[in-house]
Amino acid sequence: MPSGTVLLDFIRYHEHLTGTKVGCNEGDCGACTLLVGTLKNNELQYRSLTSCLTPLGNVHGKHVVTIEGLNMEGLNAIQQAMYDESATQCGFCTPGFVVSLAGFCLSGKQATTENAIAAIDGNICRCTGYKSIERAAAKVAQLMHNRQAEAPTAFLAEHGILPSWFAGIKQRLYSLQTQLDGELQSPTATEWVGGGTDVYVQKHDVMKEASIRFLFDDDQLKGIRQEGNKCIMGASTTVTAMSESPLLQQYFPRLADHIKLIASTPIRNIATIGGNLINASPIGDLTIFLLALDATLLFSNGEEQRACPLRELYKGYKMLDKDAGEQLVSVSFELPGADTVFNFEKVSKRTNLDIASVNSAICVSILHDTIAHVRISAGGVAPVPKLLDLTNAFLKGRSIDPSTIDQAIAIAQTEIAPISDARGSAAYKRLLLGQLMKAHFLTILENAMH
Amino acid sequence: MKNIDAYTHLRGESIYLDDIPLIHGTLFGAAFGSPVAHGVISALDTSEAAAQPGVIRIFTHKDISGENQIGGIVADEPLLADHEVHFCGMPVAFVVADSIDAARAAVKKIKLTSEPLPAITDPREAQAKGELIIPPRTFQLGDTNSSWSQCTHIFEGQADTNGQEHLYIETQGAYAVPQEHNAIKIYSSTQGPTAVQRAVSRVLGLPMHLVEVEVNRLGGGFGGKEDQANSWAALCALAAHHLKRPVKYSLHRMEDMAMTGKRHPYAADFKIGLNEALKIVAYEVTFYQNAGAAADLSPAVLERTLFHCTNSYYIPNVKATAYSCRTNLPPNTAFRGFGGPQGMFMIEAAIAKAAEALGIDAAVIQEKNLLQTGDEFPYGQKAQSEAPECWHKATTIYDLQAGRKEVDAFNASNTLYKKGLACMPICFGISFTKTLMNQARSLVHVYTDGSVGITTGAVEMGQGVNTKILQVAAEVFSIQPEKIKIHTTNTFKIANTSPSAASATADLNGKATLLACTAIAGRLKKMAAETLGVDEQLVSLQNGYLYVNGEKTDRDWKSLVMEGHLKRIGLSEHAHYATPEIHFDATREKGHPFAYHVYGTALIEVTVDCIRGTYTIDAVKAVHDFGASMNKAVDLGQIEGGIVQGIGWMTMEEVVYDKEGRLRSNALSTYKVPDIYAVPKEIRVDFLQTPQDNLAIFRSKAVGEPPLMYGIGAYFALRNAIRAFNKSGHFPFAAPMTPERVLMALYATEKKGTIQAHEETIDHLAVNK
Repeated sequence: MPSGTVLLDFIRYHEHLTGTKVGCNEGDCGACTLLVGTLKNNELQYRSLTSCLTPLGNVHGKHVVTIEGLNMEGLNAIQQAMYDESATQCGFCTPGFVVSLAGFCLSGKQATTENAIAAIDGNICRCTGYKSIERAAAKVAQLMHNRQAEAPTAFLAEHGILPSWFAGIKQRLYSLQTQLDGELQSPTATEWVGGGTDVYVQKHDVMKEASIRFLFDDDQLKGIRQEGNKCIMGASTTVTAMSESPLLQQYFPRLADHIKLIASTPIRNIATIGGNLINASPIGDLTIFLLALDATLLFSNGEEQRACPLRELYKGYKMLDKDAGEQLVSVSFELPGADTVFNFEKVSKRTNLDIASVNSAICVSILHDTIAHVRISAGGVAPVPKLLDLTNAFLKGRSIDPSTIDQAIAIAQTEIAPISDARGSAAYKRLLLGQLMKAHFLTILENAMH
Repeated sequence: MKNIDAYTHLRGESIYLDDIPLIHGTLFGAAFGSPVAHGVISALDTSEAAAQPGVIRIFTHKDISGENQIGGIVADEPLLADHEVHFCGMPVAFVVADSIDAARAAVKKIKLTSEPLPAITDPREAQAKGELIIPPRTFQLGDTNSSWSQCTHIFEGQADTNGQEHLYIETQGAYAVPQEHNAIKIYSSTQGPTAVQRAVSRVLGLPMHLVEVEVNRLGGGFGGKEDQANSWAALCALAAHHLKRPVKYSLHRMEDMAMTGKRHPYAADFKIGLNEALKIVAYEVTFYQNAGAAADLSPAVLERTLFHCTNSYYIPNVKATAYSCRTNLPPNTAFRGFGGPQGMFMIEAAIAKAAEALGIDAAVIQEKNLLQTGDEFPYGQKAQSEAPECWHKATTIYDLQAGRKEVDAFNASNTLYKKGLACMPICFGISFTKTLMNQARSLVHVYTDGSVGITTGAVEMGQGVNTKILQVAAEVFSIQPEKIKIHTTNTFKIANTSPSAASATADLNGKATLLACTAIAGRLKKMAAETLGVDEQLVSLQNGYLYVNGEKTDRDWKSLVMEGHLKRIGLSEHAHYATPEIHFDATREKGHPFAYHVYGTALIEVTVDCIRGTYTIDAVKAVHDFGASMNKAVDLGQIEGGIVQGIGWMTMEEVVYDKEGRLRSNALSTYKVPDIYAVPKEIRVDFLQTPQDNLAIFRSKAVGEPPLMYGIGAYFALRNAIRAFNKSGHFPFAAPMTPERVLMALYATEKKGTIQAHEETIDHLAVNK
């Protein structure tokens, strides 16, 4: 099989494991959700992912778990909870929900209903209206209540929640990995793939036979670290890794709320920072996030490295200041100081698992009631993700009051050029950006009061 | 009893169309859809596509041996476009290749050139140009013309609802396998096996008895697979018939969304008159249904809009006219509610308009005009009404007064967030409005080991119909459910079926099953009575045993069945059921078309974020008329699911076509249905058990469609919340209430200020972005 083959197709049409379903082919429904166990530093970690967007190359040497792998004699405890709550009707989305909930059980996350529901935030059901699924998720959370420090796989096997063979996987993966080294990467690759969440939506057919360099598991592109007052994130860092980073959590107290607005659990598990920046979408959530932080990108062409401010990367719609041979290595930005407030806003048709109509971030330092520094970024209002330079320049040195905000909004209107599309009319996007700027300042004022 | 499919669903072992093991030699199809909405075909170039590796053959209309026609109600829809194309995505050619990838790659190489014709996307424009699918229809009660003088308050207005993508998670598809004697077997993901059989028979020029259609189950239908599964089945059958090899086509999501029709968008003009006491004296409404490019089921959908144009209110003087307007969009089709929700939205808009102008709560008008038993619907049927009971129970147990006070208090003390509350009563007629469709058959076999196999015309698509049918058999035979298996729906076993639709499937097929099981049980009881020498009346089946005079005997079900076989008693039965009492005269637009009505009332509460224009649905609390629910787990699932689907239609689900008739919301990334975070925080359902006799199976009223219409209340609750923030702003009655529409309404000015700019870009159809 070519390493660019979509995992879902491999599972269904090659392995004939038909419990995993084809729903949307773009990571938006969760019917194809699988679990993938990765062994790293002697630790086995399971994450859910959408198999319709995952190339085989990204699961090389890993443990892929389908619904069939979760079946035991009779129903497993997750299935039983859904059975008892009548949380399945037509059944087509059901295996995806079961797999996602198994992912929650294996994650070691705190056993709360909220966390169980977060695990199924990428699963769409058109029949039930979700209430029965919520009730089942609460029961599944209950099942995990008694787990103490025990490894999830051991606990799950012991309590008959999932099959006992999970406990032996670590050893099997270890021996598998030692046999596999070096088979995968093509030296003459023409396509580079991170998580695949965009490129496999756009051209999965081309990717199947393409010569691919897989960046997702490249350790040198992973990790979030602090150097001085800078944060450096590897290009292949996933959104999930960002949300779980203690460093980012410390500097961005509302990080969890912001990340919840971005994609879904299975997508965040594979989507990378580099992919979000380099696909050059005018509305990439992390792009907008990082623009307000004035992030700097580090590129490498294999011989030398080049730093490029993110604000200078986008030259036009989907056009980058980047040579074909250059690869994004990392992204760095200055960690916000004590007098700095950061906020991220996003409005879309559906609050979660949707692409923004308009998104915006602000990073502002306020000294003696006046704005010392401010960067407001905005997506969905121009062909490129934008820093609102004129608006930012206007705001600098002013105090925050309603008339200043109104004027700033008016100036912002002069530097954007939204278009009408499926995500909203131009008039709406103009109004919405102004509203999101108001929301930024309301959040800042709220923050100041605390 | 739980859904009988739940076990295999949860283990991923249920078989859907794409899961059927392939027969060796199977080929794969993919349709090429028109890239333009309207035009005369000048050239179709398939040469490059045909030369692609793996391509076996490309079919066009010229290859059709029978009739190039799949229109059910009106013969106006070719299977493959011949000289003209009428909508973007209209199938023009069908590529068959040795792999799915090869077929899809070849489709991209087909080139169609056409002379453009003007594309119409707006139903009002179509009506003005005389582009009608059928002549307009009018329902009338009393005399509106002479009634306006009795009205103290008269309001006129317009209202619009958009379409809705079905978004069954399993896409459309079919798998055709050639058989001997030129026969063909088709596995189809269809709600209407007979519709598929007819379409294939017509296209191939084969008698129906050579066309076997089999359906195991669907991964969701919602009306989208009632008539629109026909095309894919006919295309696969066409190719399989010619190539003598199995051909399968399971649509890619984007093909499915672009090529299939959706819920009909409607525009309407209304005029409502009330007297001093706020009784609605007269109501006139004109509906403009956006039918799309072909009739499909539009005439029937149009009819149901008229049937439900007064929702659960009695209005003595009504004139409702409906136009089915031909536009250059994919033919719109059945979707849960079938035109009823659109009719109900318009009367609710009219009531809301009156309430807003009079400065009163719409609930005051709603309550004063609820249907009472004996009141006449505009189509002549007399109501057996549960409307007042549902309303009073809902407003009492959920305390409307207190809820109203809480909302007012919240709104008085909050500037950035506003709450809204609305009541939504519903009334939905059960039966196919076409009387002849209200018939069904069931084939019941009792095997000599006591196991039972049942085949009906019902298609299981998650609604639990097979579970209910199994319950019927288990009840009559008084045996364990495990002894009964509901088999696939198959046109060679059950003929001339009506589609699984109109909420009536369990009633029709359940009643037929009841008749069949009762006949077999009767024969066995008669035999046992003779054997035992007792009166037949004293013999009964209970808990798997034969009882005589209420006393258990040692004769269990299995031995009874075996004795029956030895004595050559018929252990199989094919029973026919036709709903009694119903009739409708379309020449007078009067009759008694429905076996019964389902009623209910829901209270819907929302909170709007007035800075961002986003919102949450806080609660939906319903009192629903179940008659006597035979399966509360299944029925609750239908209610919760229906409510959320209805809310989706009214809020975030926005079908967007551009001016050229191209679908812009063509994937799940651009068309959003509710996810787990978007659903109401709280849904409460009170099971109102109504004692009156009805024609439902075991008096358990149909539950598939009615709850969707509670979702309409979300629109009006949002409207109320917006009006708490922006008291003077003008904004139209247009659904869905997307965050865009909410924000624009929050900041709309009194005289069509902001909103006018908004309307220029998004009209009532959302087609002109």
